[in-house]
Amino acid sequence: MGDGSGAQGFVGTGLACRRGERLVFSGLDFRLGPSEALVLRGPNGSGKSSLLRVMAGLIRPTAGQLDWDGEAVADDREAHAGRLHFIGHLDAVKPALTVGENLHFWASLRNTTGDAATIGAALGDVGLAALADAPARYLSAGQRRRLALARLTASPASLWLLDEPSVGLDDQSLAAFESMLAGHRASGGMVALATHTAIALPGARELRLDEFTRGLVMDEVA
Amino acid sequence: MNALAAVLRRDLRLVVRQGADGMLVVAFFVLAAAMFPFAIGPEEAALRPIAGGVLWVCALFAAMLSLERLFQADYEDGTLELLVLTPQPLELLVLGKALAHWISTGLPLIVIAPLMGVLLQLPPTAHMALFVAMLLGTPTLSLIGTVGAALTLGARRGGMLLVLLLLPLALPVLIFGAGAVAAAEAGQPWRTEIMALGGFLLAALPLAPWAAAAALRQALD
Repeated sequence: MGDGSGAQGFVGTGLACRRGERLVFSGLDFRLGPSEALVLRGPNGSGKSSLLRVMAGLIRPTAGQLDWDGEAVADDREAHAGRLHFIGHLDAVKPALTVGENLHFWASLRNTTGDAATIGAALGDVGLAALADAPARYLSAGQRRRLALARLTASPASLWLLDEPSVGLDDQSLAAFESMLAGHRASGGMVALATHTAIALPGARELRLDEFTRGLVMDEVA
Repeated sequence: MNALAAVLRRDLRLVVRQGADGMLVVAFFVLAAAMFPFAIGPEEAALRPIAGGVLWVCALFAAMLSLERLFQADYEDGTLELLVLTPQPLELLVLGKALAHWISTGLPLIVIAPLMGVLLQLPPTAHMALFVAMLLGTPTLSLIGTVGAALTLGARRGGMLLVLLLLPLALPVLIFGAGAVAAAEAGQPWRTEIMALGGFLLAALPLAPWAAAAALRQALD
């Protein structure tokens, strides 16, 4: 911060997050520039999901600051929401709506037209084009996950925050997802994802969450 | 405004396809109001003075019944956190949900209320007051309901808590709603009560979505 030239992209400084009585991480810094990818690693409960939720603006960090191109993210939450896609553990799929209606709803809330061609192309990216008119209740767990991933290409956003995005995907879908990630980064997009499985992300940096939690005592925060 | 329409359209579509909820509310309202002639007796002299109050209390409880699920399903399946993460004012999305709730539960109540009025010996002269009062009062209940539903989100026994929280807030609507019907039934002007109900609606329109949106953000934190 402050030096102008180094403020490009998405930057977190001195982040700390507390869930209940437990301090999940503190003193965490990260930097994400165009076309870059960040893989969050760490054992269960090390704060990968919490960090992604902090990055998205769902959780307010206990300490520290998030900046986008040098401007504080907290100043305009709607603008921040507009430049990111968040894929959490839950797929947010309504069983009573068709596959196409599910996707169209999310696209229409993101200032895009959500026209049939875009929706169809996004469903094609995840191999669900043939099921566009089927009620989502008939989807398998893996297909529901793919429908959630289709949100990524149904409307543009420069930052993708993905929490265990490959859960339930078969090999073919994983390959399709990896090419979505590659395409996104090729056009200057950023990715931050938490995963326990292998996802091909050439040149991605790793952020080990356990380094920011080890030896933490509650007194240190006060 | 597109965002409001998108939420409204989706919620109504879900109501139509999943059915039940709206019908359940109407069934509760009809059954609850129909208990009174059995409990008190069908004499006109006994029923007539309390008809307006009974209808309003039953409508109030019927609305409560459906409010618990207002955000619950969206909360459980992850929809809510994505709604918060859209580049739209969350207040507008809440307004869309309140509107969908009113159309699916409030409107059917308004339609069925005159029938129950007949059962409760409400004189024909009071029916217009009942209609106008419910037209202004039930949207207010839906709006106030979003605040309660958002505040009790994720709480155990949220439904019970919701009722305890909302009944005091809904009291003004109940008082003036029943008051309008009582005044009309007694052959007096009921304009003041209607204006008060209109005032409540105008106040709840911006305030309730704002408060509910804040509570929703808190629930996800």
